[in-house]
Amino acid sequence: MDRRLRGWGGVAGMAVACALAAALLPAVRHEAGTGRAGPPRPPEATPARQAADEDCEDPEASLRPSGADGPAVNRIQESRQLVVGVDQNSFRWGYRDPATQDLVGFDIDLVEAIAEDILGEDYREQDKKVVYRAIPTNQRIPALQKGDVDLVVRTMTINCDRIRDVAFSTAYFEAGQQVLAPKGSGIEGFDATLAGRTVCTAAGSTGESELRKQSHGARVVTVPNQLDCLVRLQLGEVDAVVTDNALAAGQAAQDPSVELVGEPFTEEPYGVAVNLADDDLVRRVNKVLEEYRAGGADSAWREAYEKWLADDLKGIEGPPAPKYKS
Amino acid sequence: MTHPPSGGTPPAGLLAGGPAGPPAPLPFPAGPPGQPGTPGQPPVGAAAPGGTGTPVEPPRRTAWAEGVDRLRAAATTEPGRLRLIGAVLAALVLAFGAVTAWQVSDRSAAAADVVGQSQPLSDDAASVYRSLADADTTAAAGFLSGGQWPAEIRERYETDIEVASELLVTAAANTEGSAASRRGVAELNSHLTAYTGLVEQARANNRQGLPLGGAYLRHANERMRTDLLPAARSLYEAETDRLGEDYADARSWPWAALALGVLALAALGWAQRRVYLRTNRVFNQGLLAATAACAVLLLWLAVGHGVARSGLGDSREHGAESLRVLNEARIHSLTARGDESLTLVARGARLTGNGKDFYETSYAGGMRDLVGGPGEEAAPGSLLDRAGDLADDTEGRAPVRAAVEAVRTWQDRHREARKADDNGDYDGALRQVIGDRGTTGESFDEVDSSLDRAQAHERREFRAAADGGRRAFAGLPAGAAVFALLGAAAAVLGIGRRLSEYR
Repeated sequence: MDRRLRGWGGVAGMAVACALAAALLPAVRHEAGTGRAGPPRPPEATPARQAADEDCEDPEASLRPSGADGPAVNRIQESRQLVVGVDQNSFRWGYRDPATQDLVGFDIDLVEAIAEDILGEDYREQDKKVVYRAIPTNQRIPALQKGDVDLVVRTMTINCDRIRDVAFSTAYFEAGQQVLAPKGSGIEGFDATLAGRTVCTAAGSTGESELRKQSHGARVVTVPNQLDCLVRLQLGEVDAVVTDNALAAGQAAQDPSVELVGEPFTEEPYGVAVNLADDDLVRRVNKVLEEYRAGGADSAWREAYEKWLADDLKGIEGPPAPKYKS
Repeated sequence: MTHPPSGGTPPAGLLAGGPAGPPAPLPFPAGPPGQPGTPGQPPVGAAAPGGTGTPVEPPRRTAWAEGVDRLRAAATTEPGRLRLIGAVLAALVLAFGAVTAWQVSDRSAAAADVVGQSQPLSDDAASVYRSLADADTTAAAGFLSGGQWPAEIRERYETDIEVASELLVTAAANTEGSAASRRGVAELNSHLTAYTGLVEQARANNRQGLPLGGAYLRHANERMRTDLLPAARSLYEAETDRLGEDYADARSWPWAALALGVLALAALGWAQRRVYLRTNRVFNQGLLAATAACAVLLLWLAVGHGVARSGLGDSREHGAESLRVLNEARIHSLTARGDESLTLVARGARLTGNGKDFYETSYAGGMRDLVGGPGEEAAPGSLLDRAGDLADDTEGRAPVRAAVEAVRTWQDRHREARKADDNGDYDGALRQVIGDRGTTGESFDEVDSSLDRAQAHERREFRAAADGGRRAFAGLPAGAAVFALLGAAAAVLGIGRRLSEYR
């Protein structure tokens, strides 16, 4: 019953969104040329950007924030639940606390903030809820496109390939590929110190494609999931791990004898992914992010960073500055 | 050098019954060189043909040739021939008895091996295989239940590992000769140590609340899948092959014994006919008794072996083969249960090539092998369908049918659990899988216990049929010795009676 209503609501919402998009399209085109927030990044900064179209110079630029209710926000409010695709396996980001089986982490805190804004601060008491769906990495975009989830908050990198399929909020974290190695291993970063060593990375990850381009003389072992690399490292099967520093920090948090070494060698801004049609939801999330970032050292962002990441991911001053399309 | 007459019938004078002493003078003189009618034929072994003038030493004769000559000499007289016939008959009957005793003992030993050795060993290997799969499934279940494993799960896991290691010790002691299976056992042992280490790491990390525990468990499961279970499977198959060989040995027809039996009977028949033709006496009691002894032994051999063969065939088809299929079915249900738990442990951390959840895909594959596609009955060709076909009585079919029903319920509940998990209700899914009532775990336990009952039944069936078969061999080797001795003695006595008529 519930599901059927949601389904029809979704169809209606899409129809309205399409009509709106058609009506607004000329205006948006017109605005596009007028200006840009922030200086453009060098195009060779990340691998994803190298593969980009000519018209994708700044994938991080998102829609201006707005608290106005639109069709997507209405849809969520009417169904009384926000459906979010998350990860269950990324320590400190989105994972189930084995003791309580509850989902917790930096991403989850952000979801809670968005839910409180859209469903109301006291949404839990009003019998409204956030539905967390654990979705594997390669299902993030299809899940949004099929309408299975309203948002994906799952350490998802904003890049030119992806903005053709889904819309992103402004970046809420700036991550990058980095090397994780046992303390005192002599490995100092993504450089010649890897020569002759065995390096582990997740199959199909950015780390794997980077290592394929430049292995620095290391043998590469791939595993199904980045956390499997820590198992291999502890068992002595590999000497180092290449993954993004956000996830590497999660690994370092589980094993005090390993640490992040060197500097991140790619730039991977994380954003909240939304269905391309849900412009109002993107604006709403951006509004939440504005508030989340506000307040400097007292901001909600800072609080979440201190709680989940600061121990193992040092040297981060604050959230990346938001960039908008106009 | 003498040339015995080549014709089968000796000169009439001899038939009349002359003295049995020295051989009578030959009707032909010793072959003169250059017999009339065969000019140009050089005499064999004689002096060189005339013309050279110089006499040549005859070549040295071998003992064999001497013996043949002596026999030929003996065969020129009737008493000599009778002695020869008596000896041949006695030898044939004794050979028949000896070969029967030998071949039947061989088959009986093979049948004893089936029951006493290769079937239990194959059962043990099956237990190793099953215990390992059970340990992996239990570890995953323990993991799902949180940081602290419930006592019964911990005990079950520990029992599985103990049973597996103990049986591996037995298996190591019993793998006679085959270097491959010894290596297999050693490999299993070292893999098992590594596996338990990984599970302990998984437990320790999980207790600390680290997701790394789940990664260790997946790694342990991967080792189980790729190292332990295939090795346990090959060990099981090697033992099953040995069982098959013992069956084949026990069931192979004793052709040599049967052929000798027929030959002995034919020779006895021929000897009696010969006596009848020459003396007009219809019966020679000794030869008759020998014939009877051989006939009884041949009949006993044929019928006894036939019965044993069919009993062993039954035990193989309905016992051993049933046990094999049921064991395979149990392993499949165990790994499917493990996959089901791991789907919840891994939470999408491992995918197949086309982006499906690895463990859920593996679960579905296991279920397909077990009962085939959707429906109520097990699909034709599926493991439980074959197990049902192999069960030859109601008592054997009932537990298999119960297992099929439990699998179907399990599949329904599994779908519910997946639906809950996919909708974000992880706790609901967990309750469906390891909760108190109406869980997939309950269904799995029912499948396992039904299959256990089915196996117990088939083991009894196997034992009964195999014992029935083995009993058919009982007494046959001893009987063969007794009858052969009696038959040989009777044949000799029978010939001796005829021989005494020459004195």
